[in-house]
Amino acid sequence: MSSWIVTNLWLIPALPFAASLVILSLSNVRRKSAAALAVIGQLLALAFSILAFLPTLQTHGFRVVQNFNWFTFGEQTLRLGFILDPLAAAMLMMIALVGLCIFVFSVGYMAEDRNFVRFFAYLSFFSGAMLGLVIANSLVLLFIFWELVGLASYLLIGFWIERPSAAAAAKKAFVTTRIGDMGFFLGMLWLYNRSGTLLFYDGGNGCLESAGLAMLGASPAVAGFIALLIFCGAAGKSGQFPLHVWLPDAMEGPTPVSALIHAATMVAAGVFLVARVYPLFSLGAINGVTPSLTVVVWIGVTTALMAALIAVAQADIKRILAYSTVSQLGLMMVSLGVGGVAAGIMHLLAHGFFKALLFLGSGSVIHGCHGEHDIRKMGGLRRPMPVTFVTYAIGMMALSGVPFFFSGGWTKEEILHATAHWPRSHATYYLMLAGVVLTALYMTRQIIYVFFGNSRSASERVHESPRVMTTPLIVLAICAIFFSVLLTPAWPWLHTYLTGESAQFELVRLIQPMFFVSLVLVGAGIGFGIWMYRNAGAPERNRPAEIDPLEYAQPALFRFLANKMWIDELYNRTVVAFSWMAAHLSDWMDRYFWDGLVRGFGAIGQLFAIFTTSVDERGINAGVDETTAGARSLGRVMSTAHSGQIQTYLGVVAIGMLALLLLYAWLA
Amino acid sequence: MTPTLQIFLIVSGALFSIGLLAALSRRHAIFILIGIEMMLAAANLNFIAFWRFGPQHQPPTGVMIAIFSIAIAAAEAAVGLAMVIAVYRHYHTTNVDQLDQLRG
Amino acid sequence: MNSAAFIIIAILTLGAALAAATLQKLMHAALSFAGAFVGVAALFFLLGAEFVGLVLVFIYIGAVAVLIVFTILLTRRDVGKDRGFNWSGVAIAVAVFSGLTWSILKTQSLSIIAPHIRALTVKRVGEALMTSYVWPLQCVGLLLTAALIGALVLVMEEKR
Repeated sequence: MSSWIVTNLWLIPALPFAASLVILSLSNVRRKSAAALAVIGQLLALAFSILAFLPTLQTHGFRVVQNFNWFTFGEQTLRLGFILDPLAAAMLMMIALVGLCIFVFSVGYMAEDRNFVRFFAYLSFFSGAMLGLVIANSLVLLFIFWELVGLASYLLIGFWIERPSAAAAAKKAFVTTRIGDMGFFLGMLWLYNRSGTLLFYDGGNGCLESAGLAMLGASPAVAGFIALLIFCGAAGKSGQFPLHVWLPDAMEGPTPVSALIHAATMVAAGVFLVARVYPLFSLGAINGVTPSLTVVVWIGVTTALMAALIAVAQADIKRILAYSTVSQLGLMMVSLGVGGVAAGIMHLLAHGFFKALLFLGSGSVIHGCHGEHDIRKMGGLRRPMPVTFVTYAIGMMALSGVPFFFSGGWTKEEILHATAHWPRSHATYYLMLAGVVLTALYMTRQIIYVFFGNSRSASERVHESPRVMTTPLIVLAICAIFFSVLLTPAWPWLHTYLTGESAQFELVRLIQPMFFVSLVLVGAGIGFGIWMYRNAGAPERNRPAEIDPLEYAQPALFRFLANKMWIDELYNRTVVAFSWMAAHLSDWMDRYFWDGLVRGFGAIGQLFAIFTTSVDERGINAGVDETTAGARSLGRVMSTAHSGQIQTYLGVVAIGMLALLLLYAWLA
Repeated sequence: MTPTLQIFLIVSGALFSIGLLAALSRRHAIFILIGIEMMLAAANLNFIAFWRFGPQHQPPTGVMIAIFSIAIAAAEAAVGLAMVIAVYRHYHTTNVDQLDQLRG
Repeated sequence: MNSAAFIIIAILTLGAALAAATLQKLMHAALSFAGAFVGVAALFFLLGAEFVGLVLVFIYIGAVAVLIVFTILLTRRDVGKDRGFNWSGVAIAVAVFSGLTWSILKTQSLSIIAPHIRALTVKRVGEALMTSYVWPLQCVGLLLTAALIGALVLVMEEKR
């Protein structure tokens, strides 16, 4: 049974795709069948993912590929394929499970929406594309699914198309990620030019296997450039600096979309991509360091710190989580860059669970507060929304990295561990520690604003969300806690599963000096947050209630951070303004220069036409008229031969036959 | 003297020419059909004669073609005569001289 | 092959055919037509294709000639009228006949005597029809059905 799914991996993405197609053909009022179809499709995908996951447990370093020809032109054959290895299987499990929770949550969250049916069609479409992405064994196939998830993201960010801000955000997300994908595409072409194949694994001939790597290894600089070009795509998708600007704006989409696409799965695809083609990045590594990996590290550090800083000063509940996502993705990139591939992927998986939980929790809060996003207008929600509060707190502690009981703590620890051992620089380690403090701080700020204190304008008459929304929260919270069992240093099962070793149980490894460093720092971050925001939302000495305590203390810094470091404005002044100018210049050139040129040629043509017209009418027409008159009179003569007498025709046929006969006999 | 192939072919040629004569010279539509049937019979006679005088094959191709052409000629006669009746009903004549609507 | 029988049959066949082509009265012409086909069938017998000869008798004398007679009866009102004779047709027919005869006589390879052959039994014909020629046979069956229906449609009363 389980080996059957290994050879039919395509079924996993095909099921949600099929569900999406069927839902698209439903009418707008068939809400129940749409939701049922989407959930069933996702449930089956999860079942098949589990079936596919089982065989990977049996052997270490399990890897099965199935390649097939897509098309052939000339002597070139383009081959695609599917792969099942621990990386793909773990991603499948996470995506399918988180996806299922979010599908169920959406049934409650979107219940009032007019376009409920269309929403589920898009959601299923996304799920299918994302599941396909992780099992692709070819850069081309991966790219196809990559663009499909991008399309799904575009459609879902702009789902409430009647809002201009949603349409603008969708457009921004699409264009920004396209800039990265341009690099990805160029890298793909270059890779094909160098290695002659885009299959990852192909029985020793794939581009990530010895033969392909040997071909690339001839010029390590080129390999590095290819890796960096591919990283451009990853940076665009995963919201890395300087292409991170679309991700916070993408929060204009419905909250389940933010949870599924812009927190748990699609944005992690960039990290997944880097992990998938990691042999390209580490080609020719000395001591685990290559120029391309160094770039990845510094981009990741910049992103992680910058986003964490900005998150401290945001007021929109989803925007805080969005910047947190950007920051965490930066952290994963750092982990990959310093060589901790397994740690990065573990953090990706753990992050998928708890960030989806946080987003769904925020969705529940927004639902309860009748669509309010501003945390300064909430407050005191822990009493009316107990389930949301408890699950949200679990997510918050997992994200902050509270150790021992929460998955995020262990994976963050692994990443810090890998960072500390990076030979190139120790600064990254300290910067990452700063990021840990900041993460704890902004999450504490958020949770105090939303759930503690007194109720403010938006949090009156708040109710707990229906069962269909709280159940996924509980499931995800349980995942966020119990996932940590697989992650502890005492029994690092997931780590060894990903690297293809076998896990040993050793309790001693739980006690490490670095562990206490981060424990202290997380405590410091949470403690500082509690101290700083103890009276948030209430007036305090000469500070009015609506002013943030940090803003009161450091107005200039706060303004800088609240305005997202003016990066959007910078882009508007530079890139966008430049495009605008170029467009205007082209427009002007078109209108006046080229148009004038074309008109000039047109005038010459017109003159010539007038001349030829006169020649035609005087000279040629007369000749043609004569000819046609001749043909007409000839026709009149010939038509008399058509007597309409059948016997005449028959006689002519007989004479013709006789003539042929005589001709033949004479020639013979 | 036993008859040679030539003699048979000349007889069939004569039959064909008589059929042609009937089809070309007579005004009545039925004569045209009679003439066509005679020309077809001449063709069949040719097939049989060539089969008899030529090298022998299994199956006997010439005979087979003659059988099929007889069947087709029967169909043709049936449709042709039906057309004669239809034309007679419509124009109240079977004289092909008067049927010249196709005149150019 | 009996040459005397051949000469008699040939003369009778051609005479009947000529009568069918030239007789003034349609009914006489139709009867001569049937006679000419008896002659052709006899020639087939002489050539050893007895089955085809019988088929010819059944179809032409049994069916086609009867059909012609019926048609003549159905268009009787028109029969009595004076009919011209187109002499140019005679000229063309004579020319075709002379051309054919000239080219046949000119071809020396045709002056051969019939070889001895195995008798063509009905069994052999039937076997051929049911094996190698079964596909054309079905097609001809279809054609005959279509012709039957077509003929019926053609002679149906016109709707006014």
